[in-house]
This record gives sequence, C-alpha cells and structure tokens, in this order.
Amino acid sequence: MTSLSILKGRTWVWPDDVNTDIIIPFRFKARTNDPVEMAKYAMYGFDPEFYKKVKPGDLFVAGKNFGGGSSREQAPVAIKYSNVAAVVAESFARIFYRNCFAIGLPALEVPGISKQVKQFDEIEVNLQDWSVKTRDGRVHSALKVPEFLRGLMREGGLVEYYKDHHGFPWETLENKAITR
Amino acid sequence: MRQDILTDDSLTFAEKIISVRADGGENIHHPGDITVLPADLAMAQDSTGPLAIKVFGEMGVPKVWDPSKIHLVIDHSFPAPDEKVANLHHLMRGFVKKHGVRLVEGSISHQHLLENHIVPGMVLFGADSHTCQGGAVGAFATGIGSSEMAAVWASGKLWVKVPESLKVNLTGQFKKGVFARDVVSHFIATVGEDGGNYRSIEWKGAAVKDLSIASRACISNNSMECGCKLSVFEVDPSTQEYFRSVNRKPMYEINAGSKATYKDEYDIDLGKLGPEVAEPGNVDKVKEVGELEGTPIDEAFIGSSTNGRYEDLAVTAKILKGHKVKSGTRCIITPASRNVFEQAIRNGLAEIFLQSGAVFTNATCGACVGTHLGVLGENEVCISSSPRNYIGRMGAITSKIYLSSPATAAASAIEGKIADPRRYL
Repeated sequence: MTSLSILKGRTWVWPDDVNTDIIIPFRFKARTNDPVEMAKYAMYGFDPEFYKKVKPGDLFVAGKNFGGGSSREQAPVAIKYSNVAAVVAESFARIFYRNCFAIGLPALEVPGISKQVKQFDEIEVNLQDWSVKTRDGRVHSALKVPEFLRGLMREGGLVEYYKDHHGFPWETLENKAITR
Repeated sequence: MRQDILTDDSLTFAEKIISVRADGGENIHHPGDITVLPADLAMAQDSTGPLAIKVFGEMGVPKVWDPSKIHLVIDHSFPAPDEKVANLHHLMRGFVKKHGVRLVEGSISHQHLLENHIVPGMVLFGADSHTCQGGAVGAFATGIGSSEMAAVWASGKLWVKVPESLKVNLTGQFKKGVFARDVVSHFIATVGEDGGNYRSIEWKGAAVKDLSIASRACISNNSMECGCKLSVFEVDPSTQEYFRSVNRKPMYEINAGSKATYKDEYDIDLGKLGPEVAEPGNVDKVKEVGELEGTPIDEAFIGSSTNGRYEDLAVTAKILKGHKVKSGTRCIITPASRNVFEQAIRNGLAEIFLQSGAVFTNATCGACVGTHLGVLGENEVCISSSPRNYIGRMGAITSKIYLSSPATAAASAIEGKIADPRRYL
C-alpha cells in the first residue's frame, strides 16, 4: 500500500466542463465491453490520437465539473485503462465522481488546482494524505471524502471489494448514517 | 416509520424522501448526511447494462436481489445497427434469461418507466443520467454508473448523500411558440452547466398546475444538463389524476415543507420567455431564436427522452402540416416509446410527417447519441430537441449541434436554417 500511496507523474491539463462525450464518444463505448478497447477512445473528443500519446503513470488535472453529462462508466474506465494513475479536478460531476470510486480510479477534488499546474508538469498525488504536491513543492489538500469511499478506492473498486468482503462498503453505514 | 417526517414543515423534498425511505424512516437526514436507500426499481440500458452484467459476473454474485424490480432496457441502439451492438444486446438477453429480470426492447427507458412503473415516493436508480426524469411525478430517481448498478442488483441498496436543494418558482403563462423545453433551457443558462451538481431541484409555483405530466417529464429529464441529482415536481391534482388514469397507486406523496431551507431560489415568468436555442458545445450557451435565425442546418432531429413524447410529436405535426422539409435538409422524427409511436400512427401524425418528407423512425435514442438513424458527418450542422450538444455527440467531432424545442427544430426543418416556430403556429 505505502509504495502505491504516492503517485508521481506527468500531468495532462484539461479545461472546465470536460464532459463524458468528450472523454469517450457513445458510438465507441456502446460497441465494446472490453476496457482495453475503451482506452483506445479516451479523450477522443479533444484528440483522437490521445491513446498513442499517454504514458503509464500520467496524471490528469482538470478544471471544474470534470466528467459531466452521461452516466457512462466507460469514461473513467477508459481513463483508468489508459494507465492514468489519478484524476485531480477543481470539481467533478456527481455520477462521474461516484464511478471513479466504484472502479478504483483515484479522484481528488482540489479547488484552485488547475491554475497551479501546467501541461506535462511533474506532480505528486498522495493518497494517504489525500493531497497534491505541485512542482513548486506546495501541498494542496483535497476536499475530504468519507473513509468508506477512500477505502473502496484503495481496494480497487467494487469488484475487488466484493470479492474480499462479500458485501459492499456502505452496508456498515445502515442505521448509523454519517452526519456532517 | 415516523409519520411526522411527512408533515414536517422544515424539510425539503430530498430530506423528506430520503428520511422516509432510509433506516426504516426513523431518522431525519439533512444535506451532507450519507445514508443507504433501498431500491424499488433498478434500470440499466444497452450502453450501461452490458458493463454492469460484466461487473456483476466478476463480483461472483450468484443471483440478483429481486428480479421483478430489475429492468434491462434495449433502447439506445434499437434495433441493433451493427454486429458489435447486436452482440451486447445478446449478452443482455442472456442475463435476462438466466436471472429472470425484466426485458424491454424498443422504448426509451425513462418514458417506458413513466408510462408503466414509476409511482410517487418510489426510489429508482438508473444506469443512465436522465433517470432524474422520474422526479416529474415525485419519485426519488437518480442516475448511477454500471458498477454501482451491479451492486444494486446484488443487494437492492445503495448509498446516497442528502443533497442541498434549489427552488424554482414558475409563474405566468407561455406565449405562442414557447414550451417546457424553453423553460428548462433558460434555467440551465441561468445556473450554468454545473449549477445543479449534487443538488435537488424543486419546481414549484402557480404555473406548475398548467404543465402536463409530459412537460414536467421534459423539465425533470433535461435538468440533468445542469448536473442535478434530483429534479422534482410535487404530487398535485394532475399527478393524482394521471395515476388514477393508469391505475397505479403512489407509495408516498411527498411535498416539501413551506419553511424548508434552499441553497438558492429562482423566479421564472413563463410569459417572458421566447423560443430558446443552445449553441454548439455547451448546454448553457443559450440565446433566443431571433439571434440565431438563418443559421444553415443539414439536419433537424426531433426525439429523445427529453422531447420525444406525444405532445412533442403533435406540435411537430402541427408545424409540418402542409409544408415540405427543405430540399437538402433531413428531418428525423423519433418517438420516445412504442406507445408514443402507436399513438402517432393512430392519430394521423405519421402521415403528416411522411408527406412533409421527414423520416419517422421507431422509438430509440438513435440520433441523440450518434449511434444510428441520423448520425452527423464532418462539419454538418444539426438542430435537435435532444438534451446534449457536446463535441461529437451525434457523430463527427467537427459536427455542430444546436438544441431547441421540437417546435423550433420543426420550423427549422422547413426552412433549412434555424427558424422561429411562431411563424408556423
């Protein structure tokens, strides 16, 4: 776990309101059930050749409302199977954000982050502290996430979690809701 | 269940329905709380269901929690336009056979569920963002992804965070050529593409009583384009009449308290709205039709879960009657369900469409998602009553989509350029 808790990589910087149609168009995602095939169409709306340019361990930093629009889980799956290690954004669209935890793709909300990072900057995402260290050495805390969700992400998503626990992480919440 | 939750004057719709349905209705939940809701209905369609089936298999869950509550809907690409899609449809039918869950083919899920299954107070999870349409009749209806859908199939439950709420007060009366779609387009332009993210929108005010259930469904459905979790209309005499007519009984009639706390409140006077058109790329770049009139188009698409209901097809027929679609422009009309399709044929709408030179297809999502029946080529321009105008949504990434009501799209089909529907009504 410790060795995987700090992700260092070069950054792809994306603007505000990158929707799931841009991340993977319907006509491709609705014609395969293979995540490796889905990754060939990652970020197709911006660059149909993105899959040739991305390198294992790369990171995403985006503006507000990353992943808006369609509920398609193929969007975070295409990013994960492009071997992008984590997605950091000013904010995420609701369903995309849930999907990231469900498939075990680290997703951190860090207000202001898109102004702190330039294309291909080397940055560090710390999954232990839930923070991002930019090139200038500054550490930016991500918005807090309930522990049951971080645990789900650490274990690799719902499939891995269910295999290990024969249940779902939120089942422990029943009748004792988390209150802010 | 604590009956006092239903009558608590300080709670929003979202607070009430989550409190009533979670933990046996024993606790009041406020925005930010996280709890677990039991599902009354779980829906996945042909572009999210196959992945959910795969995930369900990988989890190794032997059987689903309740086959009668699980609906698999083949709607996005129906009937299969190619071999790859056909194989995924085949996978879905195999799952239906193995687990005994419900199968629907050839009606858009949201319209099918509204026509046949949703009732007020129900908890509905759908692997499709526009599931929030169910809020039109006072249900908790929200979109999720494929893995979480697999978890619902396994356990019948899912975690939710109680959202903050926005209140929209609708007053006044529509002027000629202005429809429900124009209201929701105007609202999205006001709050922005993420203005409803994580939030529950409550549509209230004196004008609501004049909105048909279909118009409310359009508004609840299209509210997704500002990112909402829920978009709800309270149960009123129209809703009650609708459920009497279809012989289905509400589970709970949940109305927000008059002293509930809202994150923001908005007033919209319907009488001040004109026909609205969103420019390509973002759903919140909205202008009145006059500012974009004359923009040449290659295609007009009338359909989708947002605007493919009978009332949408009826106004389209009213506009197209006695006119021809402009030569060189294609007009594609796609109903939202088999039921709407049948009604349109029975009542003579199909004949009007065909005489005008339009293409009248079976019910499917089709052109809206660029999968078949109206895909756009390089640099083509479309005006569409569908919900999204994003890059490459309907085909080539260089194509461009303007969004409007069915009336504006129909008038534009006649002229071959963006046109004001008021000239034809």
